[in-house]
Amino acid sequence: MSDLTLPSARTLIIEPGRAERHYWRDIWAYRELFTILAWRDVSVRYKQTAIGVAWALIQPLLTMIVFTIVFGRVAKLPSEGAAPYPVMVFAGMLPWFLFSSILSGASNSLVLNANLIGKVYFPRVIVPTAIGLVSLVDFGINFVLLGVLMLWFRFTPSWHMVFLPFFILLAMLASLGPSLLMTAMNVKYRDFRYIIPFIVQFGVYASPVGFSSSVVPAKWRFWYSLNPVVGAIDGFRWCVLGGQSSLYVPGFLASLGVVALFLWLGIAYFRRTERSFADLI
Amino acid sequence: MADDIVIRAEGLGKKYVIGHEAERERYVALRDVIARGAKNAWRMAADMVKGRIVVPGDTVEEFWALKDVNFEVKRGEVLGIIGRNGAGKSTILKVLSRITEPSEGRVTIHGRVASLLEVGTGFHPELSGRENIFLNGAILGMTRAEIKRKFDEIVAFAEVEKFLDTPVKRYSSGMYVRLAFAVAAHLEPEILVVDEVLAVGDAEFQKKCLGKMNEVASHGRTILFVSHNMGAVLGLCSRVACLVKGSLKCEGIPQTVVNQYLAYAGSLAPNAIRELSPDVAVAVERCEVEIVKPARGRLHLRLTVGLNVHERASVAIELVVRDTLGVPVGWASVGALNSDQKLNLLPGRIGVTSLHDVSVLGDGRYSLTIMISRPDIEYLDRWEDCLQFELSEEPVLGAERRLQLGWGFGGVEFGYISHDVQPGTSAESARLALSSF
Repeated sequence: MSDLTLPSARTLIIEPGRAERHYWRDIWAYRELFTILAWRDVSVRYKQTAIGVAWALIQPLLTMIVFTIVFGRVAKLPSEGAAPYPVMVFAGMLPWFLFSSILSGASNSLVLNANLIGKVYFPRVIVPTAIGLVSLVDFGINFVLLGVLMLWFRFTPSWHMVFLPFFILLAMLASLGPSLLMTAMNVKYRDFRYIIPFIVQFGVYASPVGFSSSVVPAKWRFWYSLNPVVGAIDGFRWCVLGGQSSLYVPGFLASLGVVALFLWLGIAYFRRTERSFADLI
Repeated sequence: MADDIVIRAEGLGKKYVIGHEAERERYVALRDVIARGAKNAWRMAADMVKGRIVVPGDTVEEFWALKDVNFEVKRGEVLGIIGRNGAGKSTILKVLSRITEPSEGRVTIHGRVASLLEVGTGFHPELSGRENIFLNGAILGMTRAEIKRKFDEIVAFAEVEKFLDTPVKRYSSGMYVRLAFAVAAHLEPEILVVDEVLAVGDAEFQKKCLGKMNEVASHGRTILFVSHNMGAVLGLCSRVACLVKGSLKCEGIPQTVVNQYLAYAGSLAPNAIRELSPDVAVAVERCEVEIVKPARGRLHLRLTVGLNVHERASVAIELVVRDTLGVPVGWASVGALNSDQKLNLLPGRIGVTSLHDVSVLGDGRYSLTIMISRPDIEYLDRWEDCLQFELSEEPVLGAERRLQLGWGFGGVEFGYISHDVQPGTSAESARLALSSF
């Protein structure tokens, strides 16, 4: 109470275009709200479902089985080195699910939190980015599953595993750019939300999830790598499968570039439009 | 001290863009349609790229919700903002709480602002009361440590100890609102921006809210308060500003501004007609009010209510009279307490005329609310403030004056019974003793 008698050091100036200046400092100041929103989404998700965590297990397991049968058995595509096909698929599915769940979750996040946007101030960007934390929880569950799968196939990971956090971050950043773009668009044009399921459905086949990217013909390999998820998936396999997988460096760098480009685009567009979110939502 | 001004708004303006469809020509030429379509598409695409708001329609119009608003608020002051719907009150609060950006001008704020535009913002029905306290607190800008420190106090204020671990979707609406307000009431910002939050909850709860706000104000915090409830504004604010169509028309001492506002806002409407919702059994279609004064006798109010009866019903008509501050001062009914007076209605359009004695009301302006009910069962229709009427009467023979509502005493003058002057005291001191009594 004593601090009230002193004139506060904090002075806030509200002007058109002013919000820009303390942008990053503001986001840091609201870090607690960021974690609380993420925690809310996680706990609500597991409260509302009947089988809870089991749901997070069934989906990737079934997908893995289907892909192994379709791509491994029916199409007889090669795995990477001596790695068992299911392990290879699963190692690619982890970053893909991380990517796609952030993309679909974040794109709708602003519209779903419309009541917050219209009634309180906070840096809007924490709503879609908090989804990243939520998806990381599901990712953790899937990761345990991968461990079980590797034990089952008696597959030992290599020292490459230490780089895994980097590729997790890469997958998250890869989805963050398009997510910010989509969620900002979605506030204005609600029909953008119909695009997301399409991208996700299409992307799982366009990206090397069910197959190894080494099956892509060499002359197209570079262009194929412009898909930002390709870098994350290849990197993941390189970490998990160790020496069995090789990283295609030019493609990987191209992937990084695309990720950075989308990130810049997403943040720039989001910042330019977020001022009007409350008027539109 | 110049530092004492905690909020200063200079030339504040907020613009919205709205689109209109052009009137269509009788003969539509494909060429025109294509040309217009292309022009609109080009404009929308350009807006989209620039990150501006895309407005559908053929022409766009600018609408200024706020225009050139200047004001200052000093530390510890409680500033009330009044105005009709759409005058820009909420826009001011939204700009001050940084929810939306102004289009021009600037606001300088010294100190931590918390805005309370709604109670229970962000409450999640699936989460328990305990979890929602933390969630809502964080949304309102409290730190986790702060919430932990005040947790017990919040729970006690809300009186929900037993249900802390129950999901709030199972709460009664009263519990829900109490919990939501309890969190908000424990904010300790230097500047509190409050919208019409008092509109929720029952009278008891409103009193508690007002009390808590008074307490907050007395701790030297600055409050900006927007309300329709003139009683609350008068009771709470040390200064009032009045917004008309987006600009500040007057500001100053609460009573003066409120009176000016009411003089502006209340236009006398002798009758009212409204669009009907056809799905109720009995609905009020139109009503009329007239003040009648019998040649020898007291002031009466003649109310004519036009009803549209869709199905056979036995109903009561009630009316509530409110003064200009929105405070109820009286009530009358046909059949609500006396069931033998109930009206048995057959389908069709009917008019009901009733006469009520209003001679005890002071001179001034009043508003009427009409309610149609099945007594003790349900309300069929309720039309808030559908009519306004004004009483002004020459003093009755023998009386010196009549009470004016604007004097602030109410309408009823209590009769004088007696007074006693003790021997030995002067008339002067007796009068003093009486007035201090």
